[in-house]
Amino acid sequence: MRAMVFAKRNTLEIIRDPLSLFFGLGFPVILLVLLSIINKNIPVDLFSVSNLTPGIAVFGLSFLSLFSAQLIAKDRTTALLSRLFTTPMTAMDFILGYTLPLLPMALLQSVVCFLCAIILGLKMTWSIVPTILLLFVVSLIFIGLGLLIGSTLSEKAATAISGALLTNLCGWLSGTWFDLELVGGAFRDIAYALPFVHAVEMGKAALAGNYQDIWPHLGVVAGYGIVLLAIAVTLFHKKMKSI
Amino acid sequence: MNAIDIQSISKYYGEKHAVDNVSLSVAQGELVSLLGVNGAGKSTLINLLTGLITPTAGDALIHGKSIVKDPHQVKSLLGVSPQETAIAPNLTVRENLELMAGVHGFDRKKTKSKTDELIANFNLSTVEKQKSKTLSGGWKRRLSIAMAIISEPKVLFLDEPTLGLDILARRELWQVIEKIRGTATIVLTTHYLEEADALSDRIFILKNGRLEAAGTSDELKQQTGTTKFEDAFIKLVMDGEKA
Repeated sequence: MRAMVFAKRNTLEIIRDPLSLFFGLGFPVILLVLLSIINKNIPVDLFSVSNLTPGIAVFGLSFLSLFSAQLIAKDRTTALLSRLFTTPMTAMDFILGYTLPLLPMALLQSVVCFLCAIILGLKMTWSIVPTILLLFVVSLIFIGLGLLIGSTLSEKAATAISGALLTNLCGWLSGTWFDLELVGGAFRDIAYALPFVHAVEMGKAALAGNYQDIWPHLGVVAGYGIVLLAIAVTLFHKKMKSI
Repeated sequence: MNAIDIQSISKYYGEKHAVDNVSLSVAQGELVSLLGVNGAGKSTLINLLTGLITPTAGDALIHGKSIVKDPHQVKSLLGVSPQETAIAPNLTVRENLELMAGVHGFDRKKTKSKTDELIANFNLSTVEKQKSKTLSGGWKRRLSIAMAIISEPKVLFLDEPTLGLDILARRELWQVIEKIRGTATIVLTTHYLEEADALSDRIFILKNGRLEAAGTSDELKQQTGTTKFEDAFIKLVMDGEKA
């Protein structure tokens, strides 16, 4: 009950921030449209709508970190969090309150991205449904990162890291903007040690209906998601005890 | 039973004794002020009593409940208006009050009736639909206090409630505090000596983390042989420093 009350507040804070809505929903759609136009003029397989859509969807989800990190850091700065720490709310109420609003947002982001892709020529098949469900697992990574960044950094630093650094890293290291094999070497190795490219490849495999190819990517993505969430929850718990 | 019984409480940060072996009692319904220069230990003592930090040694009982052994039960007895206004910026005045009622576990009916009651008592009806980030400093403070008392606390902590306000807004808030006097035990921290003098039943003066003096304004003036409370305060906090 307390978690739901807090989740409602967090939902309102996020959706009433027009910048959040633009970056979360509008920006990925604009990128999808622009890259599709480029692909029409100069056809590149990487930018075909079926290859591009899972990458853009993952990129869009990276803004979830920005939403949650900014909100938590702001709550710390304004002492709202301190006020709430003096109420009977438990650590679990806080974690759920910050996490729950992001789950429907993740779903909405993916649905909007795929609807736009369909308008741009993506073939409408049933495989879109499992792809969106798998993207839900990807959202755990970004939600965990958001909790982690928001709980530890100042509002300014949290916005810079989650808004600029993380979204760029996610874009570069996911193989969406360019083929990682073309760069090769340490860059490729680092990219494959991180979850972003696995998230995109998992999405591409699911969208193509090649469900056996979602492995081992799903394992890497789920592993990162669970570990990051666990670290974030532990850290938040500690923060509650040492304001 | 006293509202607050502080028993030899200490909080150390390494070599620094932020609060050092403080003992004091506050009767139910009293309005007391904690005074001291910057770094005297006022905020640390409030943070200890509100469960934001745990003591290095000692304990405090709030209506008989230990802040060390029963922190969760203690939190259900408290209302806190922090030094920073600590409100949710994108929520309206009404929504902020509903948030606090909700996190204290009120059902929908009680949340509505308490919110209506506080909007009426605090004259917030003209701004109830306004986003709290658009309010002036005085209105934000007023809302902050209303948020602190919506849970019907037995002990209310007001940390610098009039900080940064002009004289008119301060006098208006004094009236608000006078209005809620008697409904709860109130612990006020302030830098404005005339505020403590005008509002408090008793005053506690902290110096270097220790309780330097306690009593009514008249008792403290008598103790120091002064006629103005400001002179009494200066004498108490400067005592021994010039030697």
